[in-house]
Amino acid sequence: MSQNTTSQNSVTHDRTSAQVYVEPIVGRYMHLTLNGQPHRVYVEEAGAGVPLLCLHTAGADTRQYRALMNDAELLKQFRVIAFDLPWHGKSSPPEGWQNGTYRLSSKDYTQAILAVADALQLDQPIVMGCSIGGRIVLHLALEHPERFGAAIGLQSGAHVEPYYDLEWLHRSDVHGGEIAAGIVSGLIGPLSPAQHKWETLWHYMQGGPGVFKGDLFFYNADGDIRDRVKQIDTKKCPLWLLTGEYDYSCTPEDTAFLGKTIEGVTWQIMQGMGHFPMSEDPAKFLTYLKPVLQSALRARIT
Amino acid sequence: MDVLWCEMLKQKVNVDERLVWRGRHLSTSFLLQVDQAEYLIQIVDGRIASVKKGPFPIADWVFALRASEAAWAEFLQPIPKPGFHDVMAMLKLKHLKMEGDLYPLMSHLLYFKDVLASVRSCEVTA
Repeated sequence: MSQNTTSQNSVTHDRTSAQVYVEPIVGRYMHLTLNGQPHRVYVEEAGAGVPLLCLHTAGADTRQYRALMNDAELLKQFRVIAFDLPWHGKSSPPEGWQNGTYRLSSKDYTQAILAVADALQLDQPIVMGCSIGGRIVLHLALEHPERFGAAIGLQSGAHVEPYYDLEWLHRSDVHGGEIAAGIVSGLIGPLSPAQHKWETLWHYMQGGPGVFKGDLFFYNADGDIRDRVKQIDTKKCPLWLLTGEYDYSCTPEDTAFLGKTIEGVTWQIMQGMGHFPMSEDPAKFLTYLKPVLQSALRARIT
Repeated sequence: MDVLWCEMLKQKVNVDERLVWRGRHLSTSFLLQVDQAEYLIQIVDGRIASVKKGPFPIADWVFALRASEAAWAEFLQPIPKPGFHDVMAMLKLKHLKMEGDLYPLMSHLLYFKDVLASVRSCEVTA
């Protein structure tokens, strides 16, 4: 995906008629080898400037970043990029998926992010992820600090204990979309606009069988980084954390633990917001994010 | 103690045609406990068929939701405090217990969340 494509598109993203609005987002499919298998991965982007690589939550997809990719002010400074993890959104599962059970590991997740960044030839991107994405940015800051100019964790915690039987998420006698949305609906802040709450839930309702549950293997088990977060060097990879007040999955206390443990990290609790800030209340979230992005631009390691 | 919001469930839910429709494949009985007060709620095809106040020598319920009066009172606020704003939040933070066969609840989780939210503006107890 070239910068040229994006700039050409920007010509047409203003209103082309009284009724039609064409967004500046351009999506493409990328063929990558991940974990030794060919994959077809959906990537979309908007804007031009410093690359901002955005990672969606468990069981969801790039649509969570729709508001960021439509914010004219942001797009003047940033090339905002998001991709659907394999099995999610418009990315396919690998061939033979029907014969196995999907489980996201720290290793596979890291490899997918680095592979997409390599394929797009991103130079010291700022990486920003939410929930499982907020967890993996901690792994990236620790293990691959040289690859990223800065990192932003949304709803970041070092570990989350499961508080319900995860088997409910993948049963032939329970509708997977309905249960996934039911599980996460309370994670959305009660003040978030209904339109964006239900858009966010729709993404969950569209997830494939067992995909949300497979992502939680990383979130609840394999991605536990409590013992190692102290080793993150924010001089090598500057780090910011933003967490919603109403999130009971990754709680403000979980983020406060990171704030106290990681030297040089900057963190803030977002009042009234929940687990999906960029999707559940984009306008409010941008008031928190924009100052962080300006700080990240200044601190970015190049 | 009369728990007014429990007694209002039938009226609040059954006038909401869309909510009843969403529960159209559900018939079950569940227990709501508010401190020591118990209410047995019967659902038939998504409609609240009856709300009975305990105590019950023998209660025929499939699952139970148990919490203190204070926890339910906070849950019922128009904008509850974090941790009290959702039954799953209350479960994780140990403000609420779920017991029994959770299949009806989990297979209709969004429905039950809206059933309970339907009484958010009601008086709590009398």
